[in-house]
Amino acid sequence: MVIVGAGDCGVRAAVALRDLGHVGPITLAGAERHHPYERPPLSKTTLDNSADPLPKYIVTPERLATADIRLCTSVTAEAIDRTRKLLRLDDGSVLAYRKLLLATGARPRPLPMAVGLARCVTLRTFDDALALRAHLRPGRRLAVVGGGFIGLELAAMAREAGVDVTVIEALPRILQRGVPPAIAAAIHARHMAAGVVIRCGHAITSMVENETGLHITLADGDMLMADIAVIGIGALPNTALAEAAGLTIDNGIAVDDCLTTSDPDILAAGDCCSFPLALYGGRRVRLESWRNAQEQGALAAGTMMGQHDAHRAVPWFWSDQYELGLQIAGLADEAVDVVRRDLGPDAFLLFHLAADGRLLAASGLGPGNTVARDIRLAEMLIARRAHPPRDALADPGVKLKSLVVAESPAARHLEGVVT
Amino acid sequence: MADWVDACAAGDIDEEDVIRWDHAGRTFAIYRSPDDEYFATDGLCTHERIHLAEGLVMDDIIECPKHNGRFNYKTGLAKGAPVCINLQTYAVRVEAGRVLVQVG
Ligand SMILES: Cc1cc2nc3c(=O)[nH]c(=O)nc-3n(C[C@H](O)[C@H](O)[C@H](O)COP(=O)(O)OP(=O)(O)OC[C@H]3O[C@@H](n4cnc5c(N)ncnc54)[C@H](O)[C@@H]3O)c2cc1C
Ligand code: FES
Repeated sequence: MVIVGAGDCGVRAAVALRDLGHVGPITLAGAERHHPYERPPLSKTTLDNSADPLPKYIVTPERLATADIRLCTSVTAEAIDRTRKLLRLDDGSVLAYRKLLLATGARPRPLPMAVGLARCVTLRTFDDALALRAHLRPGRRLAVVGGGFIGLELAAMAREAGVDVTVIEALPRILQRGVPPAIAAAIHARHMAAGVVIRCGHAITSMVENETGLHITLADGDMLMADIAVIGIGALPNTALAEAAGLTIDNGIAVDDCLTTSDPDILAAGDCCSFPLALYGGRRVRLESWRNAQEQGALAAGTMMGQHDAHRAVPWFWSDQYELGLQIAGLADEAVDVVRRDLGPDAFLLFHLAADGRLLAASGLGPGNTVARDIRLAEMLIARRAHPPRDALADPGVKLKSLVVAESPAARHLEGVVT
Repeated sequence: MADWVDACAAGDIDEEDVIRWDHAGRTFAIYRSPDDEYFATDGLCTHERIHLAEGLVMDDIIECPKHNGRFNYKTGLAKGAPVCINLQTYAVRVEAGRVLVQVG
């Protein structure tokens, strides 16, 4: 068994293969030089100059050794010979596989005008975070290009370090993709209160750098100066290896609900793949979330071992900015109705309903983990395709757990029909 | 032998739920199971030191609110990624409607 990409997905798959009883060799090959680490802290605690600059490792080297997983770091897989079932690495070695898992993740989407500028950086790897961290000093000027999660988390950390931060977003609001307006507005307000300047609806027309800084010109003619700019305009799936091998690509490496690609002996999972999401009519999606990477890694291991479990997890995402925690379960984009439940002065939940009242998604924002438990319960309702009563959802006095319990018998019946 | 400390009233915890209890500079989580039994563990998740009391209790599992790491709160056993370090558990007894925890 061979796995390409030693991120959260690849590592989880390797460990799961052993847990599932695979006895033959497992090789995990990754391009990065570090022992495998978690990515979410990179835009959070890793940027805190007072904290430990070590990455948060996914597993200890001892655990990998005990599980007899061979980890190769600093090697890039260059080509797949599908007929002979061989994987060629850039150090000249060749690995034979019975099953191959591509867990190659994603990379920051480049902004053409920023390419080649020394003052324009991205944030995806631990090395990126270390380099950026050195710039987070009081009085430095940081421009964050793109009002997405990574850019905003970074903006919060930078602000707390006393950096002057400007976020530039081309769309009319921050977090346009996947986050409901009410939550985006609350996060926007929190950033403003912290002193971050947010410029929405502003395209950048030029970027020029010299020894004094980076000169950014906006479409309305406004200019701003920055010492450093972080480009956070989304990510692109790493599909080159799969594409060169002739596998089907469709906004990521296309896989079926068991994560198999168009070649039955090659799987793909995590940020690099697009898959049919059963819960939402089988529409093809690509998720960039930590839990999805974990779950798909485990599921891929099962498929590699000959199991036929279909992916059925509810998409789930979290983000931390300042003292606020955001969580989203499900996909809200097809919802036609939103019900709000207030949990306190600064915490609330939104339930996103389909026309027939089915709960499609839930999102919540509040200090620390105040919304976590309710989002988790909502996730169970979403998984059960529940149609919870609107007024019960709106009423903070009604425990969501009681709705889950009320839903269970019907849900079991429904699941029986679907599978 | 460690002391038994009065932590809360038995009724302070809902059935199949958890509360946070801070004592002598330490933080604990006290659980009431669906079968009306009481248990106690360290209060912080072994993954990123998050308060478990904000998590969800289901049967004999506590699920961490941050990344859904799971532990059996009766045994402290970590139930898989992302948590791999077990939780410390503490003996509990209920006396005259009060929950007592043996802090180790
Ligand atoms: C800064 C940051 C913050 C985030 N915060 C959150 C968050 O708060 N919540 C959340 O849910 N998600 C968050 N995410 C997203 C989450 O981290 C990703 O969804 C997850 O890491 C995806 O895991 P993966 O294993 O699929 O891919 P990756 O983590 O991208 O790992 C893929 C690995 O494969 C390697 N690779 C690629 N091609 C090759 C090749 N040909 N040969 C060898 N190796 C190769 C890459 O170098 C990389 O190490 C964040 C991501 C970033 C970057
Ligand atoms: S902090 Fe508990 S699972 Fe991560």
